[in-house]
Amino acid sequence: MHLRRKENRYTKVFKRGGRNMSYLEELQGRIQKIEKGGKDKYHKSNEEKGKLFVRKRLELLFDAGMNIEDAFFANCMDGDLPSDGVVTGIGKVNNQDVCVMANDSTVKAGSWGKRTVEKILRIQETAMKLELPMIYLVDSAGARITDQIEMFPGRRGAGRIFHNQIKLSGRVPQVCLLFGPSAAGGAYIPAFCDIVIMVDGNASMYLGSPRMAEKVIGEKVSLEEMGGAAMHCSVSGVGDVLVKTEEEAIHYAQNYLSYFPANFRTKPNKVEAKPVPAFEKSITDIVPENQNAPFNMYDLIDRIIDEGSFCEIKKKFAAELITGLARIDGSSVGIIANQPRVKGGVLFTDSADKAAKFIQLCDAFNIPLLFLTDVPGFMIGTKVERQGIIRHGAKMLSAMSEVTVPKISVIVRKAYGAGLYAMSGPAFDPDCCLAFPNAQIAVMGPEAAVNAVEANKIAQLPEEDRAAFIKQKQDEYKENIDVYRLASEMVIDAVIDPNTLRQELVNRFSIYAAKNVSFTERKHGVYPV
Amino acid sequence: MQEVKASMAGNVWKIVVSVGEQVEEGQDIVILESMKMEIPIAAEASGTVKELKVAEGDFVNDEDVLAVIE
Repeated sequence: MHLRRKENRYTKVFKRGGRNMSYLEELQGRIQKIEKGGKDKYHKSNEEKGKLFVRKRLELLFDAGMNIEDAFFANCMDGDLPSDGVVTGIGKVNNQDVCVMANDSTVKAGSWGKRTVEKILRIQETAMKLELPMIYLVDSAGARITDQIEMFPGRRGAGRIFHNQIKLSGRVPQVCLLFGPSAAGGAYIPAFCDIVIMVDGNASMYLGSPRMAEKVIGEKVSLEEMGGAAMHCSVSGVGDVLVKTEEEAIHYAQNYLSYFPANFRTKPNKVEAKPVPAFEKSITDIVPENQNAPFNMYDLIDRIIDEGSFCEIKKKFAAELITGLARIDGSSVGIIANQPRVKGGVLFTDSADKAAKFIQLCDAFNIPLLFLTDVPGFMIGTKVERQGIIRHGAKMLSAMSEVTVPKISVIVRKAYGAGLYAMSGPAFDPDCCLAFPNAQIAVMGPEAAVNAVEANKIAQLPEEDRAAFIKQKQDEYKENIDVYRLASEMVIDAVIDPNTLRQELVNRFSIYAAKNVSFTERKHGVYPV
Repeated sequence: MQEVKASMAGNVWKIVVSVGEQVEEGQDIVILESMKMEIPIAAEASGTVKELKVAEGDFVNDEDVLAVIE
C-alpha cells in the first residue's frame, strides 16, 4: 500500500480489522465510506425514481462545491448511519455564501435521529450568526420513532428546528427544495420556508400518511391525491413551484436567490439591465376598453420588465392573481397583478393569502413592489363568506399596508370596492398611484351601482323604457368616476400613456430607492389570520 | 372523459360550442358572467363535446359541471 510505505514517526500505526493501518489511511477509509451514503440498493431505488444522490444535488446547487462541511462524522460510531442521514455545510450560490441542510434518503430514508436534528439546528444557528440564506434540501421520512426521546420532545429536539426557522424568517431567505417526502412533523420545514419548490411525482407533504389515514379515520386515498406535489402547488397552496426534475428545482432556486440580498440588512444586487423585446402589439393594443372583457395580464407584464426576468411564484395556485419577481432596469421588483383572464381577476380567499405572503416576502428583503390593478373587487356570495373572505382579505390589506419598501400602484383598468384598497390604493401610502386613461376607480362598477341605487325607479318604469334609463344612468355614473375627475381631486398622482409605463417605472423606482421609513412603533401587529 | 367545471359562481352567459363539436385544449366552451365580468371557461384537453349540462341564463356554482368532453 502506498500510504504504508510512507509511514514514519508521525504516522502512528493503528490496528483495525485485524490488520495494520496508518491513521491517514483510516481517515481516508472512513471518509470514503461515509461519502457514499447508504446501501447500494437504496441508491438504486432512488435512481429509478429519478432522484439524485444528496452529494450530487449539492454539487449542482453550488457554484463550485461545498466549501465547509461540519459533522460529516456524525454518528460514525454506528457503521450504518453515515453523517446521520443529513449533510450540512456552506457553499456559494451566485457567488453568495449560503447555508445548506440536505437529507440523505439512502440512509434510513432520510429519517431524523438525535444527531440529524442537532446538525440541522447547528447549521441554522450558523445561518443566524452569519446572516446567510438557509437552503433546505428535503427528502425525509420524518422522525426515527426508535430514537424519539433523544430527538423529539426536548430543548434540542426537532421542534427547535421550527423555532429556529421562525426566528430566521425575514432575517435571511429560507428556501425549501422538496425532492421526496416531508412527513408528519417534518412537513413543517417547508411550511416555514419563504418558498417551497416541489418535484412532481416524488415530492410530497402530509401530516399522516395514507396508511395512517385509513387506520385512523377510515379514509382511502393515494399519496399523490392527499399530499402530492401537483395537489400542493395548485389546491392547498402549501407548495409554491411545481417542477418536473430535480435539476429544474435546483435551477429555479438559484435563479430565485439571484433576486434577493443575503439578509434583511442589505438590498438585492442590481444586474445588467435588459430591454423589453419588440412586440407587434403595444400595451394600448392588448388592454381592451370594455372593462368587462378579459385580457391576459402576462402580456402587459412582458411589456414592462427586462426580457426573460419573470420568476413566478405560485403560478398554479389562485391564478386570478399573479405574483412574481422580475427586474426593471436590472433591479429586483415584486409584481402583484390581477389576471382578468382567470375568474375575471376577482380576489378570492386563496388569492388574498397568496398576495399577503408574497408582499411580506418582498418587504422583508427590500424588494420594491409593483401593483398592476384590474380588479372587480373581492368575490361575494355564500361560499366565500363561509370561507371567511373578510379575514382573508384583511390579511392582504395588512401585509400591503405595513410595507416600507417603495410601492407603486398602477390602475390598468378598473379598481372597484375593497379591490382598490387591497391593490395598494391611495389610502395605503403607495409612493404613487398611476392610472391609464380609461381607468375606473369606484365603490362598484357602473352596472352594479345603477342597479343598487336606482332599483326602485327601474322597477316602476314601463318595460320598454328601462334599457334607455339604465344606459343614461350608467353614462352619468361613468362621468362621475372619470379618471380626470379623480386626477383633479388628486386621488391619483398621474394619468399616463400606457405605452410609456416602463419608462415611468424605471424613473420612479430609481428615485424611490432612497425611501427609508418605518411603519409604526409597537411590538408587533395582531395579524388578522 | 373530461368534465368542464365552473371556476366560480355566476350565470351562464354564452355557450360557444355545440354537442358533437371537436374542441382543442384551451378552447373556450362556456362564458360565464360573474361580478360583471366575462369569465371564459376553457377545455383542459382536446376532444369531442359529448354533453352540455347547462343552458344560457342558468346560475352555476363553483365546481358545477358545465360540459363533458370525450
